[in-house]
Amino acid sequence: MPQYLALTYTPDVNWWAPEHADELAEYRRFAVDNTERIQASALLHPTSTATVVRVEGARGGNVVTTDGPYAETKEALTGYYLIEADDLEKAVAIVAELPAAVNGAVELRPVIAVR
Amino acid sequence: MHDTLAETVRVEGARILATLIRTVGDVQIAEDAVQEATLAALGAWPVTGVPPQPRAWLTVTARRKAIDILRRERVRPDKERDGLRTIELTRSDLPPDDVVHDDLLRLIFTCCHPALSPPTRVALALRTLCGLSPAQIANVLLATEAATTKRLTRARQKIAAAHIPYRVPARDELADRLPTVCGVIHSLYTAGHAPVDGAAAYDVDVCAEAIRLAELLCELLPDQPTPTAVLALVLLSEARRPARLDEHGAVVTLDQQDRARWDGAAITRGIALLNDSLRRSAGQADAYQLQAAVAAEHARAPSYADTDWAEILRLYDLLMSVAPSPAAGLARVVAAAEATGPATGLAMLAELPRSPRWHAVRAELLAREERYDEAVRELAGSLDGSATGPERRYRERRRAEFRLLADRQTP
Repeated sequence: MPQYLALTYTPDVNWWAPEHADELAEYRRFAVDNTERIQASALLHPTSTATVVRVEGARGGNVVTTDGPYAETKEALTGYYLIEADDLEKAVAIVAELPAAVNGAVELRPVIAVR
Repeated sequence: MHDTLAETVRVEGARILATLIRTVGDVQIAEDAVQEATLAALGAWPVTGVPPQPRAWLTVTARRKAIDILRRERVRPDKERDGLRTIELTRSDLPPDDVVHDDLLRLIFTCCHPALSPPTRVALALRTLCGLSPAQIANVLLATEAATTKRLTRARQKIAAAHIPYRVPARDELADRLPTVCGVIHSLYTAGHAPVDGAAAYDVDVCAEAIRLAELLCELLPDQPTPTAVLALVLLSEARRPARLDEHGAVVTLDQQDRARWDGAAITRGIALLNDSLRRSAGQADAYQLQAAVAAEHARAPSYADTDWAEILRLYDLLMSVAPSPAAGLARVVAAAEATGPATGLAMLAELPRSPRWHAVRAELLAREERYDEAVRELAGSLDGSATGPERRYRERRRAEFRLLADRQTP
C-alpha cells in the first residue's frame, strides 16, 4: 500500500507547555483512531532546539553546524506521521483530522519504500 | 484529407486514452501508446484510406503499442496485475460505451484533480482530453514548449507517485469536485476568448476546445446543474464572438456591436440550458449560473440602450457574494454606472484594486462625465500593463479620441 509522510507545519510549539494539553489530547486521539494506518510518528521539540548540519566541500570535509531550524518561517515543522493509505484522496481524508490541518498545514509527501 | 484525419484521430484519442490509462495504470505509458497508434494511423491511412471502423483500428493498435511499451520497460513486477492487464490488452473488441463513459469521467476528474495546480490542470486537460501537442498547449498557456513539457512530465509523475486515484468521485463528493473541473473548462474558454497578452492568433481554436469539453462533461453528467451552467455560459459568450472584432481585427465594444452578427441558435440553446440548470439546483445560484445569467441578459437585450442594467447589477451583486473576483468587481462597476450614472461607478472604483483594466474602466467613466483630460491620463495607466494587441490598439484609439475632445474643451 502507498505510504505518505505527513509533515505538520504549525506555529512553533513547546509541547510540554500546559496550554497545549488539550491539543495534545487531540493528537493522541488521532493516533488512536488511525493506529493501523500509522507506521511511525513523533512530535518535535521546538525549533529553538534545532541544529542544521552541513559538510563543506566533499564528504569528510569540514562539518559546519548552525543553531536553529533549516528555514526560519512563521509555521515550523512540529511533527510527522508515516501513514499508509490506498491513494492520495484517502491520505488527504486521514490527515484532515489532524489539529495541525486547522491551525497550520499538513504537507503530504509520497514515500519511496527503500528496501 | 490530412486535417479531417488528424481531427478524427485526435477526438478518438481521448476515448482510447481514457480506457487505456485504467488498464495499464499509468498515464505516461497510455499516452505514449496512443501517441504511437496515432502516428501509425497518420502514416497508414493516407495510403490505405480510412478503415471502415477507425475507432476499432486505433483501439487495437494502441493496445498493441501499450503491450510493446510494457515489455520494453518491464514495469513493476506485479504478476497478477500483469496477467489481467495482458488479457485486457490483447482483446480486439471495443470497450462498451458505458465503460468508455466512466473512463472519460475518470480521466476528467484526474486531470482536474485539486492536488494539481490550476495551470497544470489546464495543460493536462489539453494534452489528454483534447489531444493537443505540448507546443500547442504552450501557445495557450503563454509558456515555452520546454516549460510545458516539463509541467506535463511533473504532473504525470505526481499522479503516479502520489497515487492520485483514477476514479469518478462518489455522488456526495461531486459537489466538491465539480467546481475544479468546471474551472478548468471556463479558464480555458477565457484564455481563448480574451487572452491577456500577446497576439490573439492561436493555431488551435481554444474556445472550440473548451466548448467541446463543456459538451462532453454535460453529456457525461447530464443531471448535474453546474456543468450545464458552464456549457450555457460558454455558448452564450461564444454567440457574441463574431461581433467582438471588426473586419480589420479591431475591438468592437458591446455598445457598438452589430447584434445581427450574434449567433441566435447558440443564444437560444444557451438560455435553455441555463433555465434547465437553474431548475435543477435548489437555493443559491452558483458562480457559473450567475455569469451565464448575465450573458443571457445581454444576449436577450435588443440593443445596448434596452439592456436591463438593474438586473445585471443585481446578478453581479450576487456573484460578488458567492465568488468575488477582480474581474467581476469591475464588471459590477460598469453595470452600476449604466444603471445609475458614471458618478456611482467612479465612487465604487475607488474601493477596488488597480489593474490595467481598472484604469480603462475609469477612463471611460471619466469621459462620460466629460473629464477628458483625466481620461487621457487614466488610459496611459491602462496601457502600462499587459493587454492583447487588439485591446491595446482600442485603448490607444480611445486615448486619441479623448485627447481631441480635451483639446476642444480648452478655450
